[in-house]
Amino acid sequence: MALFNAALGATVARPLRGGEAARMLLWRNILVYRRAWLVFITGFLEPVFYLFSIGIGVGAMVVGFEYAGKPVDYREFVAPGMIAASAMNGALLDATFNFFFKLKYNKLYDQMLATPLRTADIAIGEILWNQLRSGIYVTAFLLIMVAMDLVHSWWALLVVPAALLIGSAFGAVGMALTTYMSSWQDFEKVTLAMMPMFLFSATFFPVTAYPEWLRWIVEFTPLYRGVVLCRELTLGVPSWGSLVSVVYLLAFGAIGLVVVRRRLDSLLLT
Amino acid sequence: MVDYAGSGPATPPTAPSGLVSGALRMGDYWLTVLARTWKGGVITTFVTPFFYVLALGVLLGGFVEADPATLEGADSYLAFVAPGMVAAHAMTIAFSEMTYPVYGMVKWQRIYFSMIASPLTASHIVLAQLGFLMLRTLFACGVFLLVLTPFGVFETWWGVLVAWLVQGLVVLAFGTPVMLFSLSIKGEESFALIFRLGMIPLTLFSGTFFPVANLGPVLEKIAMASPLWQGVNLTRMLALGEIDWALAAIHVAYLGVLAGVCWWLAVRRLGERLVS
Repeated sequence: MALFNAALGATVARPLRGGEAARMLLWRNILVYRRAWLVFITGFLEPVFYLFSIGIGVGAMVVGFEYAGKPVDYREFVAPGMIAASAMNGALLDATFNFFFKLKYNKLYDQMLATPLRTADIAIGEILWNQLRSGIYVTAFLLIMVAMDLVHSWWALLVVPAALLIGSAFGAVGMALTTYMSSWQDFEKVTLAMMPMFLFSATFFPVTAYPEWLRWIVEFTPLYRGVVLCRELTLGVPSWGSLVSVVYLLAFGAIGLVVVRRRLDSLLLT
Repeated sequence: MVDYAGSGPATPPTAPSGLVSGALRMGDYWLTVLARTWKGGVITTFVTPFFYVLALGVLLGGFVEADPATLEGADSYLAFVAPGMVAAHAMTIAFSEMTYPVYGMVKWQRIYFSMIASPLTASHIVLAQLGFLMLRTLFACGVFLLVLTPFGVFETWWGVLVAWLVQGLVVLAFGTPVMLFSLSIKGEESFALIFRLGMIPLTLFSGTFFPVANLGPVLEKIAMASPLWQGVNLTRMLALGEIDWALAAIHVAYLGVLAGVCWWLAVRRLGERLVS
């Protein structure tokens, strides 16, 4: 082997440091999307369309309600819900369909593991890329909210890291679940979890619409934690409850990440 | 003349006598596809619309001031939004069935090429594909309408029946242009664009979730020109039992012409793509 390397005039590749490895994966994704820039740009439109349609169109007919003791406009209520929901949707789409395709059909990660990249680098690199993209979308959305006069507090700036937290938590869990999937049909189960959360996690209407027992279940879902976190920030009423949401989402994502790393090890290295 | 007796098929291949008989030759193929794939679509087909009705119609609807004057004659937000969702659902099926599956037929599995190698032509293939789309839609929208019935949002039984058949027209008016699109693009990345710039805005701004009058005078006119609004309004008039027959005739003509023109173009495009 040493002779072989010497003959090629090459040195044995040293293991990459964590930062370097993730950066390479990030760079790969940027190169891929450079050829699909229109797809990249239009990615942020979906929550904006929802805000205009549900927030303004339907909002014109909604009787106002109170949030944290003060009356809020329906559009101010819906906008942060859209941020949280689109952070979840975006992260999950990347972490499930795209990840599955790369894992199973492209054999992209098999190729990468032939280099000094490790499975943990792959998981972290993919999540970092999702988050970079999602961060750009959230910032754009926040600017639209400012332009529409829906933001009245500096706390709203923290909605960007909050959305990234939501995205990385769902991204990690989504990837973890994807490693257990065997066919495209299995993704119906992802839809089955994602769509009710999108519709029922107090995104479009306050949690008071539910009877008490159901309310407990809704409040326990990760998207609900994300929605209230974003809402408390854009409305400028953070509380100790916000910290609970942050810890919840951190734990949710950390568990996902541990599972992904272990599953990738057993899927790709054995 | 070579004597094929005993060596080939018992009867030599014959050209079909007409358009429909040709399309029907692919009937067993499409029935097999339906039998093998319908389970994969159960959640998106049946559960999704039900959840949307529950979340937006019932729960969000509880916070909406229901005034028939502003809700185009509906006495609850649920009664307003439900028929709109049925039409939007038919459109969504057209998008999902006519994008990746059609593209796969020319680019990945190349099944159209094997079909055209027989005495069948592009017009037979398009008719069979649209027939399959129609069956799938009428089945899915039929279930959707049945699910809505206990919510008490329909005025007359015949109105629902006609509204059900109208979904066949709606799906053709969307299925044919989307098929034309799928036959014309070079790479599958373009699908992300028609979903984001076509399907989603159409769903959200075509009077499905709120009356187009809420958009303001200029945008209202634009929304009314969208084919989905034509389908939504037609379905809603039938469901609420408040039918303006002249307007209904315009809706039918609009959707019919759109479907007819795009159908013709799709046949031509498919012919070019398969034979060239």
